[in-house]
Amino acid sequence: MDLVLITPEIVLLVSAIVVILLDLFLQRKSLLAVISLAGLAISFGCAVGLWCGNPQTTFNDMLTVDKFALFFKFLFLVISALVILASTDYVSKFTRFQGEYYALVLLSTLGMTLLTAATELITIFVALELISISLYALVGFLKDSKSTEASLKYMLLGAIASAILLYGMAFVFGFTGKTQLGDIAQAIGTLSLAGGSASFGLLLGLILLIVGFGFKIAAFPFQMWVPDVYEGAPTPITAYLSVASKAAGFAIILRIFYTAFDLPTWLSQDWGIIFAVLAAIGMTVGNIVAIPQVNIKRMLGYSSIAQAGYLMLGIATMGLSKSHDFLGQSSVIFFLAGYAVTNMGAFIAIIAISNKVGSDLIEDYAGVGKRSPLLALALTLCLISLTGIPLTAGFMGKFYIFSAAVQQNLLWLVIIAVLNSVISAYYYLRVVKVMWLDEPKFEGSVSSSGALRLALFLACFGVLLLGVIPNYVMKLAEWAAQMMGF
Amino acid sequence: MNFNILSLIIFLPALGAILIACTSNSRAKLIKYIAAIFTLIPLILAICVFFSFDRSPTMAGVIQFEEKASWIPLINAYYHVGLDGVSLPLFFLMTLLGFLVVLISWKIDLRPREYFAWLLLLEMSILGVFASLDFLLFFIMWEIEVIPMFFLISIWGAGRKEYSAFKYVLYTLFGSAMMLAGILSVYFTTHSLSMVDITARGIASYIPVVPQALMFFLLLGGFAVKLPVFPFHTWLPDAHTDAPTAVSVVLAGTLLKMGGYGMIRVCVSIFPDAARQFAPILISLAMVNIIYGAAVTLKQTDIKRLIAYSSVSHMGFVLLGIFSLTTVSLTGATLQMFSHGLITGLLFATAGIVMHNTHERDINKMGGLARQIPIITVIFTIAGLGAMGVPSTSGFIAEFMTFLGSFQSDILVGAFPIAKVFTVISILGILLGAGYILWLLQRVFYNAPQDKFNGVHDADKLERVYSAIFIIMIFLVGVYPSILTNVIKTGITPIINLLGG
Repeated sequence: MDLVLITPEIVLLVSAIVVILLDLFLQRKSLLAVISLAGLAISFGCAVGLWCGNPQTTFNDMLTVDKFALFFKFLFLVISALVILASTDYVSKFTRFQGEYYALVLLSTLGMTLLTAATELITIFVALELISISLYALVGFLKDSKSTEASLKYMLLGAIASAILLYGMAFVFGFTGKTQLGDIAQAIGTLSLAGGSASFGLLLGLILLIVGFGFKIAAFPFQMWVPDVYEGAPTPITAYLSVASKAAGFAIILRIFYTAFDLPTWLSQDWGIIFAVLAAIGMTVGNIVAIPQVNIKRMLGYSSIAQAGYLMLGIATMGLSKSHDFLGQSSVIFFLAGYAVTNMGAFIAIIAISNKVGSDLIEDYAGVGKRSPLLALALTLCLISLTGIPLTAGFMGKFYIFSAAVQQNLLWLVIIAVLNSVISAYYYLRVVKVMWLDEPKFEGSVSSSGALRLALFLACFGVLLLGVIPNYVMKLAEWAAQMMGF
Repeated sequence: MNFNILSLIIFLPALGAILIACTSNSRAKLIKYIAAIFTLIPLILAICVFFSFDRSPTMAGVIQFEEKASWIPLINAYYHVGLDGVSLPLFFLMTLLGFLVVLISWKIDLRPREYFAWLLLLEMSILGVFASLDFLLFFIMWEIEVIPMFFLISIWGAGRKEYSAFKYVLYTLFGSAMMLAGILSVYFTTHSLSMVDITARGIASYIPVVPQALMFFLLLGGFAVKLPVFPFHTWLPDAHTDAPTAVSVVLAGTLLKMGGYGMIRVCVSIFPDAARQFAPILISLAMVNIIYGAAVTLKQTDIKRLIAYSSVSHMGFVLLGIFSLTTVSLTGATLQMFSHGLITGLLFATAGIVMHNTHERDINKMGGLARQIPIITVIFTIAGLGAMGVPSTSGFIAEFMTFLGSFQSDILVGAFPIAKVFTVISILGILLGAGYILWLLQRVFYNAPQDKFNGVHDADKLERVYSAIFIIMIFLVGVYPSILTNVIKTGITPIINLLGG
């Protein structure tokens, strides 16, 4: 056992415990945020230290620390840091449980970082549950009726999804006799010669896996929980759900389907087509239902369903790829990075604005552009990036994914996707219109704390960086995709 | 060339936009001077570029003032700009209009900081479109333009401005969505994003991932919305009618030309076979554009809407010229794009002055203005004569060359000489054009003078200055067209070679 390989996780765990303990003694609760950030930073440092070097496995091949895992660890740690920065305003209003809030964020981050390295079905399941259970608690943190309803809904549906996922894993185990992803791939190799009922059972297991993960990434048709949960949860947690939780789901989909089920070809073609169809329906449904929304958090909820559709386009590309290049994977990874900064930025801006206008209704955002031009500009930038207009991360991500898909003869799907981008422009720009064109309904400017502004600045910087000089992150994403070990 | 003059011209307006964004709204004068300076310098540089451009026939097809730098090596994307005979006139036109629209906007008092920042950003993106030789860069520049236009129309516009702004954005994005799919399929056919390389090797020498015709139509989709080609033209009258004057000038002057330019640069140059194959369809659409556009123009009662619909008709000439696929017709089409930019730009600018000074935009409620505002009348009449294609204006030579070229075209459907016949029908468009322009002049400026317009101001000094620049350019090109046709020919010759071979 090589504990060095899991130092980032150990640091996260320790800092979560420290935060809970210190919460008992500290009077200045704002220090808790600082400690959490410090923990994240140290963990980030440890992960950077592991970057150079070959993929290494540990704990009886249950964990693999490779560039893929490390890339996502970077991503999750950065997102968590942004969430914590964005939460400080919000959390300082709580009278109790401030320590628990930060600790739960850290614990679910721990689950995500573990998940990225997990290469064994049981470990994957445990890591997923760690993420989910922390999030169930966080969603219900406001303790008002909406928040409680959201939490309950999320937990009930999440539990069902977990059960289905486990059922799917059981099928896979039943027909291959293995739980380690590399072993599964080998077992399938010998199995495919036999064919018959075994391959049918395996496919059933795969479909159940897709259903289970589909819930985590909020893909159509498993997205029913999204709008209510997004609306009811504390806004920083909504951001966290829409970005980190989704990215974690995609990370593990990439890993499982690439390492365990990529061969034989008929298998990957089968799940590739399933993802392609889900992608087409998902983005269309998400975008169309987003149009009539009046609550901005619900609107972004539906938009995230559509974004999951674009991402599944990349997964489908990976499945249908005959040449076994890494374009599909690296485009999904890059898109996720771009989507993460963009959506975080949008939610952080929403936290600041909603704080002032006291509502999440789009019509109440009227005149933000006149009262606080910089904030409105930041939100505009993020919405433009979500639409996929150039010089933003969103455009580069879409360009990359679509170009990968065209190469696999998925032009029909790309045309559906680009038309969907046009539909999405309508509802994103409507918010822009309300902010800049309508007369303000409130007095004074939108005030926000330094932490929030820092987080917003970092997110916007990320959006522009990935949009104008995407080269470095693209290179990282490519490495991550190529160096996926098992 | 070590001195990156094109990049300088393209990005100076963007720099100006950033500087303006850093000032405050209360310093309107300063903002306007910054805007003027940061558009005047690119104009001066562009004049230098224009005159140092090598027009000798040996330079045909050679990209001049080229700059190339690796940008995203992973997908072979380069920052690659350069000019040839087709792009130079339009590039130059944009720098000219960029400066003039700042003068035209001098009276803007509503949120001047944002207004001029967006205006300069718009100029940057259009310049970028004309100079880009890399597909990704081209597309990015093409898309950036949407954002400034959305704000410019929806904040500083008039009438149903928000509706028009949304309509404009959605139409444009619909077109560029098609174009993106087309660009991606070209990219995976050729594994290159360089327009120059793909044109040089010929798309036929690659194994296509999707049928060539599909790529051709996907790309054409984006350009057709922009030009606009019937039936994708309905955004244009709304956007023009409700946009502020300066934006209408840019919109008519150069934004529409992005469509025509794209057709020449991409559809015809990269897909010569498909262009020849589908030319009859596009020639038919061009005829519809010309006749239908002109017929609808006759019925308009809003002065800006009328000019907007006349643009639809005039862009039909461009489409006809492009897809007749002869040297003369393509040269004529490019010249028509340049000339229309000047003439319609001046028409919109003057219509803006009339509307601003009289507070009236309904043609039926105007009349007899020649007595009260003689100078504006003269300017508007000259622009109108240009739009009619009266000899010695640039409009005449452009339309003449277009029709001459398209009549020589050998595009056939079976044995039916479609290009020749449709050209003859399209010439009716000129007749209709004369009709709507003269009728417009009569209704607005002649007839009996009305008392309610007695105190109306005539053009002030600034307005006379920029109108004079427009008029000088219109006559310069009209009297001495070879100043442009020489340049255009160096760009068209290689395209004709591709079509012939």
